Amino acid sequence: RTVEPLEYYRRFLKENCRPDGRELGEFRTTTVNIGKCSCSITTADGSALVKLGNTTVICGVKAELAAPAVDSANKGYIVPNVELPSLCAERFRSGPPGEEAQAASQFIADVIENSQMIVKEDLCIANGKLAWVLYCDIICLDYDGNLLDASVFALLAALKNVQLPLVTINEETGLSEVNLKQKNPLIIRKHPVATSFAIFDDTLLIVDPTAEEEDLATGTVTIVTDEEGRLCSVHKPGGSPLTGAKLQDCITRAITRHKEVKKLIDKVIKSITPK
Amino acid sequence: GVLERSREQLLRQTCEAVVLGVLHPRTAISLVLQVLSDAGSLLSCCLNAACMALLDAGLPLSALFCGVTCALQPDGTILLDPTARQEQEARAILTFAIASSERKVLMATTKGSCSVEEMQQCLAAAQRAADTIFQFYRDSVRRRYSK
Repeated sequence: RTVEPLEYYRRFLKENCRPDGRELGEFRTTTVNIGKCSCSITTADGSALVKLGNTTVICGVKAELAAPAVDSANKGYIVPNVELPSLCAERFRSGPPGEEAQAASQFIADVIENSQMIVKEDLCIANGKLAWVLYCDIICLDYDGNLLDASVFALLAALKNVQLPLVTINEETGLSEVNLKQKNPLIIRKHPVATSFAIFDDTLLIVDPTAEEEDLATGTVTIVTDEEGRLCSVHKPGGSPLTGAKLQDCITRAITRHKEVKKLIDKVIKSITPK
Repeated sequence: GVLERSREQLLRQTCEAVVLGVLHPRTAISLVLQVLSDAGSLLSCCLNAACMALLDAGLPLSALFCGVTCALQPDGTILLDPTARQEQEARAILTFAIASSERKVLMATTKGSCSVEEMQQCLAAAQRAADTIFQFYRDSVRRRYSK
């Protein structure tokens, strides 16, 4: 396994399975912890911890108030930030964010924008004067491959957990008044779910790659779908070429995965709502 | 910023897939792209420029690639190579890097959401358009070396 990793993997792939016993189309066990009780971040407005096998990603959402931009006076802001600190894997050094973290941040920003899961107009409180800014910090605690899937899932779970206090603008003073007693959940219109594949030897596609598999793969594809079966994002950053038919297979698998993930999120949300 | 980093990652991995790196060990191939003016379809323009530069440098490539941008307009029509104005009005913009061998997809990025059928239609249109671009490559190289 250490001397000839590619040969080791090829022997398993020939039998249509992987060293950890999974099928080519099988995901690792996904667990999600949402909210102040089961998740650690008590200071954040919304938080979620997602574990995809060994890959652990935590997302914290903090809401702050700001003046909206001049050209879009009725829009708030959503600022995602993906961090890969040096504790999650030995390849990441401390210092300014590397290319992988920045590319992941851009990917998450694109997914939010493409899927319209949060419409920026919903974040506006007073036209031209006050709007919400949602800082979504996604931090990887343990990197074992498939960062994008886990990040999108953590973001979705954390946003479902966010409760925004009611803010009114006092007519006389022109100042904002925050009513912490009355909280409303965020309006989430769409639920995007990402499914990542690794391409081996230009032909084989495996779902949910671990870090080892990602290193040996010749390419990756990430497909983000929403509940209507629409594609929010097809992200294939280079790597081996794929035919249109193979891409179609990936999309079909992504749509199935969406249903599984949606069921999991609904179950977890239901278990924490009575509180 | 993060947008440039993400574009760099797309370009780098696309080039890494075609350049035969084994023939040049211990070598760094540095590709510098400077945007002079952006009038829409910037990413596919970068891809085409990168491929032609690699061709001009004489680097061994396993396949040529070309970039094609498709814009899905609100009424459902597919527009290839949109201008900046058309990109803004479009419902979704899909950029593909198509390889010259069997017109396979080397790179894909989408902006905005679309249905699966629309994506397949855009992909088919992009693969057909790739033929025109590869012909342009051939003509340019012929012109360059016939002088």
